[in-house]
Amino acid sequence: MSSPAPVLQSEWTKIRTVASTKWTLLLALLVTVALGAVVSAVMNNTFDDLEGVELATFDPTYVSFAGTSLGQLAMIVFGVLVVGTEYSSGMIRTSLQAVPRRGLFYVCKIAAATALAFVVAMLTSFLTFFLGQALLGDHAASIGDENVLRAVVGGGLYMTLIAMLAMGVATMLRSSMLSLGILMPFMFLVSPILSAVPGAKDFARYLPDQAGSRIMRVVPNALNSGETPYGPWGGIGIMLLWVAAALIGGYLVLKNRDA
Amino acid sequence: MIEARGLSKRYGDKWAVYNLSFDVRPGAVTGFLGPNGAGKSTTMRLILGLDEPTAGTVTVGGHPFRRLPNAPRQVGALLDAKAVHGGRTARAHLKCLAQLSGIPDRRVDEVLDVVGLLGVAFQRSKGFSLGMSQRLGIAAALLGDPQVLLFDEPVNGLDPEGIRWVRELMKRLAAEGRTVFVSSHLMSEMSLTADHLIVIGRGQLIADTSVKDFIERSASGYALVRTPDEDQTATLTTALTEAGGSVEALPDGALKVTGVPLPGISDLAHEADVRLWELSPHSGSLEEAYMALTQPAVDFRSTTDRRAGLLQELPPPPAPVLPQSSEVLESEAAR
Repeated sequence: MSSPAPVLQSEWTKIRTVASTKWTLLLALLVTVALGAVVSAVMNNTFDDLEGVELATFDPTYVSFAGTSLGQLAMIVFGVLVVGTEYSSGMIRTSLQAVPRRGLFYVCKIAAATALAFVVAMLTSFLTFFLGQALLGDHAASIGDENVLRAVVGGGLYMTLIAMLAMGVATMLRSSMLSLGILMPFMFLVSPILSAVPGAKDFARYLPDQAGSRIMRVVPNALNSGETPYGPWGGIGIMLLWVAAALIGGYLVLKNRDA
Repeated sequence: MIEARGLSKRYGDKWAVYNLSFDVRPGAVTGFLGPNGAGKSTTMRLILGLDEPTAGTVTVGGHPFRRLPNAPRQVGALLDAKAVHGGRTARAHLKCLAQLSGIPDRRVDEVLDVVGLLGVAFQRSKGFSLGMSQRLGIAAALLGDPQVLLFDEPVNGLDPEGIRWVRELMKRLAAEGRTVFVSSHLMSEMSLTADHLIVIGRGQLIADTSVKDFIERSASGYALVRTPDEDQTATLTTALTEAGGSVEALPDGALKVTGVPLPGISDLAHEADVRLWELSPHSGSLEEAYMALTQPAVDFRSTTDRRAGLLQELPPPPAPVLPQSSEVLESEAAR
């Protein structure tokens, strides 16, 4: 009977020995940190232009996380590729031959990829925070300020959960192209557009990315982004439900369909 | 030991495999034959638990594959040589698989050496030819030193040297007491490798027999007879038919005779005063026997291409441009 340890080790080797996963994670880090730095620097220079609500809800921590919106796309690509390449290459058949217990295979694959995504996401989050704050000059927040550490750790959690969501979706759809074709426009277009439409806004708040990103705000309605009916951890909870649904869906598809 | 009992698999409304029962025994190479689309690969996937049978069971060593203890050490398989992540090196690919079953890294280099890929161990497999991919797939199958081995069309894309190597490898594995199950659509290949044959067509069992019995039972021997001219051929045809033989005239003027033994044909010719230019025995090849057996079960039959007026005439060649003699002189002067 296969035990988790060798399967985990093998899944780790699988991720490690392919260039695409390394590049996408590196890209997630670079894009998030770089874009956050640019926005922070711009914000610092135009701070005097802020007025009214925007000034009242100025949130230096959230500003430094501006790059997350783009960096998460690379995280999605990572999550999709980790699972999707098994299907596109046909490797899945070789893998399941070696680990006939599909549940074990699935859990170990998700666990290995999530662990790596978590480390990179946390690193990204702290890097982007400290670099962003350095560039915000006088307007910077300190990691010791109230709720700031929560937001920074939360930023790492958010990126990790995004990758997990992508893994679940890719397992359900069993195709990298299809998964990217659905997740990318969703994150980049559908979710932002819905949140701008007055009627759909209440619904869009419960989408995984919007609910999850609440945790990165130290000021609840940072930069006039509107109040949410849930708190930072409530938002993560909602996102967790989405991720759980995607992962369970993926498990059921893997368990029941012919490979 | 692989045991299939009433194994059936339906995709949509088409039965890929229907009510298949057979045993694959240890210590022999069992050839798994059938035309394209007969259900060979489906059967292999069912054996490996990749697909769930619609009805029936298939077990390896008494267990369904998905519940087989330590499956990768018990069963090695090559299903699809191209089913590897192209971005991974040959060695990394095998290492992933080795770790799954707790096989030391040392074994990875061993099997790479066995299949002759040691020289390209650190190259990404996306650049591999089909033959190299087959070798990598075979290496993966051998990795766990398993007692049961499945190979789906292992000689596809291999060069003659590689084909012979695979053949000998199969025989050696079987001689070591392992169960070796090899699919192919080439009867000629199987006749050189296999001890036992399982033939399927349209997902159903056609034959389950030893190679020797298979040839003897289904091979149709005949005699080829040739005479100097048409008159004598006609005379001999009459004589042979009267003696109870069946005669078929071949386009080149020879006769294909069955039902009369060779000495009998000679005697009849002598009595009818017919000279024989050729009298040769022909035993039906395995390929013919196989074709005769599977002919009704061929799913994809080719037809003659009628080329409905698609042929394009080549344009007339352009008139050759001869260099003027003065130009030649000039170019020569330039040099």
